[in-house]
Amino acid sequence: MWEQIRSNRFRSVILVAGIGILLLLVGYFLGLYFFNSGIGGLIIALIIWGVLNLVAYFQGDNIMLAVSRARKISRDDHPRLYNIVEEMKIASGLDRMPDIYIIDDPALNAFATGRDSNKTAVAITSGLLQKLNRDELQGVIGHEISHIKNRDVLLMAMCSVLLGTIVILAWYGSRFMFFSGATRTRRSSSSGGGLGQLLILVVAIVLMILAPIMAQLIYFAISRRREYLADASSALYTRYPEGLASALEKLAASTSQLKSANQATAPMYIINPLHKKGMSASDLTSTHPPTSERIRILRSMSGASFIDYDRAYQQVYRTRKNLIPASAATSTGVVSLRAARLEAVEEEPNELQRARHTSDLLWRFNNFKTITCDCGTKLRVPPKFKESTIKCPHCGRIHTV
Amino acid sequence: MIALYVVIGIVVILLIAFVVTYNGLVRLRNQLKNAWAQIDVQLKRRYDLIPNLMETVKGYMKHERETLEAVTKARNVAQQAASSGAGERAKAEGELTSALARLLVVVERYPDLKANQNFLALQEELTSTENKISFSRQYYNDSVLKYNNQTQMFPSNVVASMTGFKAGEFFEVAAAEERAAPKISFTQ
Repeated sequence: MWEQIRSNRFRSVILVAGIGILLLLVGYFLGLYFFNSGIGGLIIALIIWGVLNLVAYFQGDNIMLAVSRARKISRDDHPRLYNIVEEMKIASGLDRMPDIYIIDDPALNAFATGRDSNKTAVAITSGLLQKLNRDELQGVIGHEISHIKNRDVLLMAMCSVLLGTIVILAWYGSRFMFFSGATRTRRSSSSGGGLGQLLILVVAIVLMILAPIMAQLIYFAISRRREYLADASSALYTRYPEGLASALEKLAASTSQLKSANQATAPMYIINPLHKKGMSASDLTSTHPPTSERIRILRSMSGASFIDYDRAYQQVYRTRKNLIPASAATSTGVVSLRAARLEAVEEEPNELQRARHTSDLLWRFNNFKTITCDCGTKLRVPPKFKESTIKCPHCGRIHTV
Repeated sequence: MIALYVVIGIVVILLIAFVVTYNGLVRLRNQLKNAWAQIDVQLKRRYDLIPNLMETVKGYMKHERETLEAVTKARNVAQQAASSGAGERAKAEGELTSALARLLVVVERYPDLKANQNFLALQEELTSTENKISFSRQYYNDSVLKYNNQTQMFPSNVVASMTGFKAGEFFEVAAAEERAAPKISFTQ
């Protein structure tokens, strides 16, 4: 099954090359228009691209984690989450255990970062940690781990840098063109070819308008494809697509939006953090496939292999198109599903317990001390508390801090 | 002269193909070894957890000596089988898994256990270790399948037989009932 990643990389490279060619075209024609030299434009485009790339390469992970205000946890903070991540790391055959972050936000979402395998992280919101049971959490973490395993983070970072460069070029290009309109006559008379100049002008304008849109559409197409693949991989790792399906159901039902997400970081989340209710199914301008379709595909899988996911995909969309290259799909044998754990319902901590556990964790993050009184009251002692003893407001017992 | 170049060209291409195939096989074999080491880590983790578990449940389960002894015995047998091949080891580990499952069914009858904090922590650890065992086995078996395909399919089988790559052994669990993770419902 691991060949799948390689053959899929090839397809992605073609799409990325598509955005790259768009960028070169924009640079070339803007250069031709402003300095009568396409090469000059190309050089400017490449310089902007290079600078953005450096920023993204060295700061991408930190920016992503900082923007979402995520906090790193250790094994003792939340053993269950840590164990689940470790399980998925083992199932996917990753070399290194990713860092685990928690975002203090009631919205339900999760994302993965890490462009190389030495520095990876998964982050989930505290809301999600409360809402999901073990199987569901496993499905979500499996999805995030496969973003890391399939190198999606690197791919999407490359795409968004290309896209960003195109947007910057088009934006400044159109401003300069508008304000320098008066000086055009002199230059066009000196270069002679009036018709040629007009043609360049038209091409430049069309490119400035269309290139950002087209690049964005390609970007979204890549993103949607990677989401399907991550779903398929999650099902393969957990052998239990129902876990992810039911997690997605909970995610889709929630209406709260993640405060810290934006257009640029959206593709890294498990469902589109900016989603609006009732978005049309075939929306070309979405980073994620419609969640209802993802759930239906997962639920109609008859096994856990990529072939089964592919069949379910064809069935749901009534198409003969392959999502996963045939060469990759055939390299796995029959992969049977794991039976549902009936006792999972009983053995699990219920939602209330999970909520308490998570809030304990968040208090601890904010340096609050928790003292459990014998009467069952939990005292949260703020970090600025100066006294050496504290009285329980409920029963009056005195505790030392 | 041209014929000579053609012959040299063919030899060079064959040589490159040989090296690439050989390296691919080595990579797969290393992946296999690594996957096996992963299973090993998790199985050892389970050996370590069992004495703890015994210590915790002993006080509550005075009338279940037989079940407890079966687990301890299965653990010792499994630990001794640790140095043998995948097939034999899988059998011993299968025994241990089903002995544990029997114990954990019996645990259901002791509601007092659910108040025990030690027990709750052990519950998560055991569930997770069982999961990790099955996930590492899953990854190992996938790796074996891929490696065996490479060693048996033409043309890589030529390289494999020339350089002495042998087929890997699957880590299969013996009986169907042992396939499921043991029921660990301490909190019930």
